[in-house]
Amino acid sequence: MSDIAVPTAKPRSFLETLEIDLRLLGMVGAFIVICLYFHFDTGGRFLTPRNIFNLTIQTVSVAIMATGMVFIIVTRHIDLSVGALLATCSAVMAMMQTQWLPQTLGLGLGHPLIPWLAILTGLVTGAVVGAFHGYLVGYLMIPAFIVTLGGLLVWRNVAWYLTSGQTIGPLDPTFRQFGGINGTLGQTGSWVVGILCTLAALAALWNARRNKARHGFPVKPLWAEGVLAAVIGIAILGFVAILNAYQVPERVLARNFAARGEEMPEGFTAAYGLPISVLVLIFVAIGMTLIARRTRLGRYIFATGGNPDAAELSGINTRLLTVKVFALMGALCALSAVVASARLSNHSNDIGTLDELRVIAAAVIGGTALAGGLGTIHGAILGALIMQSLQSGMAMVNVDAPLQNIVVGAVLVAAVLIDIIYRRRTGAK
Amino acid sequence: MTTPLVEMNDICISFGGVHAVDHVSVDLMPGEVVGLLGHNGAGKSTLIKILSGAYQKDSGDITINGKKVEINNPRDARALNIETIYQTLALADNLDAASNLFLGRELVTAFGFVDEDAMEAETRKIMARLNPNFQKFSEPVSALSGGQRQSVAIARAVYFDAKILIMDEPTAALGPHETQMVSELIQQLKAEGIGIFLISHDIHDVMELCDRASVMKNGKLVGTVDVKDVTDDDLLGMIILGKQPGQAA
Ligand SMILES: Nc1ncnc2c1ncn2[C@@H]1O[C@H](COP(=O)(O)OP(=O)(O)O)[C@@H](O)[C@H]1O
Ligand SMILES: [Mg+2]
Repeated sequence: MSDIAVPTAKPRSFLETLEIDLRLLGMVGAFIVICLYFHFDTGGRFLTPRNIFNLTIQTVSVAIMATGMVFIIVTRHIDLSVGALLATCSAVMAMMQTQWLPQTLGLGLGHPLIPWLAILTGLVTGAVVGAFHGYLVGYLMIPAFIVTLGGLLVWRNVAWYLTSGQTIGPLDPTFRQFGGINGTLGQTGSWVVGILCTLAALAALWNARRNKARHGFPVKPLWAEGVLAAVIGIAILGFVAILNAYQVPERVLARNFAARGEEMPEGFTAAYGLPISVLVLIFVAIGMTLIARRTRLGRYIFATGGNPDAAELSGINTRLLTVKVFALMGALCALSAVVASARLSNHSNDIGTLDELRVIAAAVIGGTALAGGLGTIHGAILGALIMQSLQSGMAMVNVDAPLQNIVVGAVLVAAVLIDIIYRRRTGAK
Repeated sequence: MTTPLVEMNDICISFGGVHAVDHVSVDLMPGEVVGLLGHNGAGKSTLIKILSGAYQKDSGDITINGKKVEINNPRDARALNIETIYQTLALADNLDAASNLFLGRELVTAFGFVDEDAMEAETRKIMARLNPNFQKFSEPVSALSGGQRQSVAIARAVYFDAKILIMDEPTAALGPHETQMVSELIQQLKAEGIGIFLISHDIHDVMELCDRASVMKNGKLVGTVDVKDVTDDDLLGMIILGKQPGQAA
C-alpha cells in the first residue's frame, strides 16, 4: 500500500522545502533571460532606471486587465471585447471631463470633483457593460466568444460615436497623474510605500505560519521562511531603489519651479520614484489575489472552472457568478482606461486597439489554462511584463515592426506548448 | 404511524421524448435505508437527482416530513438537509479535499475571508474517521485514487448533519476494505435516524444493508418490497424481467 498513516519523511529538495512553484520560477527565469539579452544587445540601455521605469508604466494597462482575464478564462470563458470596452470607458471619461461635467452640468473646467466623477462614471460604465456581457453568457447561454466578438465591434464604435472619432483632450491635470510619468510618488513616498509593502508581506507570511502551527499542520523550516522573506524584501525594495534612481531631468525641474514662480535652488535634484499607475496595479494585484484565494467568490470561480457541474450541484449559482466575473472584467477595463488615456493625456479614437490579444496572451503566458480551473494573478502580471519587455526590447534593437509582431505571436504559441509539455511531464492537470 | 421523511409521488421527467422517470413513487422513513435497484439507464440517478435539486421534475410532487416542498435547485435541497453522493462524485478536480468538502459552504474568518486552515483541520478530523489512510490534504483531488476521491465525496455528504442522505453507487470505486467501512457508516447513520436512499448494483449489498428495495426498469417502478420478504432471486427477477415476486414469469 502506498499511503500509510505515518507521514514519511521524504528527503526534500531545496525548492520543495521553499514550496515555490516551479512554473513561476520558469517564468521569472525567462523574464530575466529576455532582459539580459536585450541589455547586452542594446549595449547596456535596457536595464537602466529610465527604461525600467518606462517598461513598468507601459505594462500597467494590460496587466490590470490581464488579472480580470484570469478569472474569465478560469471559468472557461473568453473576453475579446476588453480593448473596445477600454475605448468606450475612456471616451465616456474624456467626454465627462471636457464637456458633459464642465459644460452640460456647468461645473466649469478645473472643478476639483471632475476627475473623480469622471472615473466613477467610467467604472460604472465598465461594470455595467461587463455585467450585461455576463448576463448574455450566463443566463441566455450565448457563447462568450460570440458575445464579446460582437462586443468588440459594438464598443469600439460606441466610443467612436460618442466622440465623433475626435481626439478628446487635454484631460484634467489630476486625472493625468494616473498615467505614469505625470504622477509619481517621489523618493520619500516611494520608500514609504516600499517599506509598507515589505512589512505587509512579512506579516502575511508570519500570519500564515502561525495559523498553520495553531492547527498543528506541518510548517516550513524557519530558514526557508527566512529565505522567502529575504527574496520578497529584496525584490520590493530593490524595485523601489531602481525607480528612485531615475532622476527628473534638470530642465523639467526648472520648468516646474518656474511654473510655481520660484527659483530652482542650486544643485537641486529629484527622483521620479513609484508611479501612481504602478501603485494602482499593486492594489489591483493584491485585491484580485485576495479575491482568488481568500473569498468565496474566488473559490467559486475556480471550482466552476474545474467542474461546472460539480459547482452547480454544490449549490453555487454559476449563472450569477458569470455575471460577476464579467462585471469585474468590465470595471478593470475602465481602470485600465484611466491609466491608458492619462498616459496619452487625451482620449484617442484608436486607444486600446488590439489590447484584447495582449491581455489574453499575458494571462495565457502567465499560466492560465484555457481549459479552465487554473491560473494565478501574479502569473498574468508577469506574463504582461514579459510581453512588454519583448516588444520594447525589440523596438530598441530596431527589429522591424512586422517582425516584432511575428515574434510576439510565435512566443505566445510556444509558451502554451511549453506549458502543455510541462503539465504532461509533472502529471498535473 | 410516523410520517415518512420523504415521499416522492408520481414523479415524471423526460429528456427530449425519453421518459427517463415515468410516474414513479417512492418513500423513505427516518432511520430507514431504501435501496434503488435497476439496470443501467433504468432512471435511478435521474430520480434521485430530482430530489437533490439537480433536475426539475415535469410532474408529480415531493413531501418532506409531510410538508409539500418545491426543490428547484441544489441549494433548496441542501436547505432541507438533503445531502447527496453523486455517482459522478461531483468534485472539482483542481481543488483540494478541504475545498471540495466545504464547496458552497466555506468556513470564514471574522473578516469574511475563507478560513483555509480551519477547513483543513475539520477535513482532517472527518477523514480520520472515514478513511484513516487518507493523507493527501494539500493536493488537488485529481491526484487522488478513485477510492480516495469517493471518500472525499462521502465525507462531504455526511459532514453537514444530513437528515436525508442519497448515495448513488457509493462503493463503485472502493476496495473490499473501504466498502466494509461504508457499510458500517451506513449502519451508524441509520442508527442516528437518518433516512438513506442507496443506489447499488450489488444485490448482496442491498440485501444486507437495506430495509426495503424499490426496483426500476425503463423509467418505471417495478415495485417496492420488504427486503426480509424476498430472496436474491426475487430481486433479480424484478430487475431483469420487471416482474413482481410471486408473479408468473
Ligand atoms: N441530462 C440528460 N439528458 C438526456 N438524457 C438523460 C439525461 N440524464 C439521464 N438521461 C437518460 O435517462 C435515462 C436514465 O438514466 P439514469 O437515471 O442515469 O439511469 P441509471 O442511473 O438508472 O443507470 C437514460 O436513458 C439516460 O440516457
Ligand atoms: Mg446511475
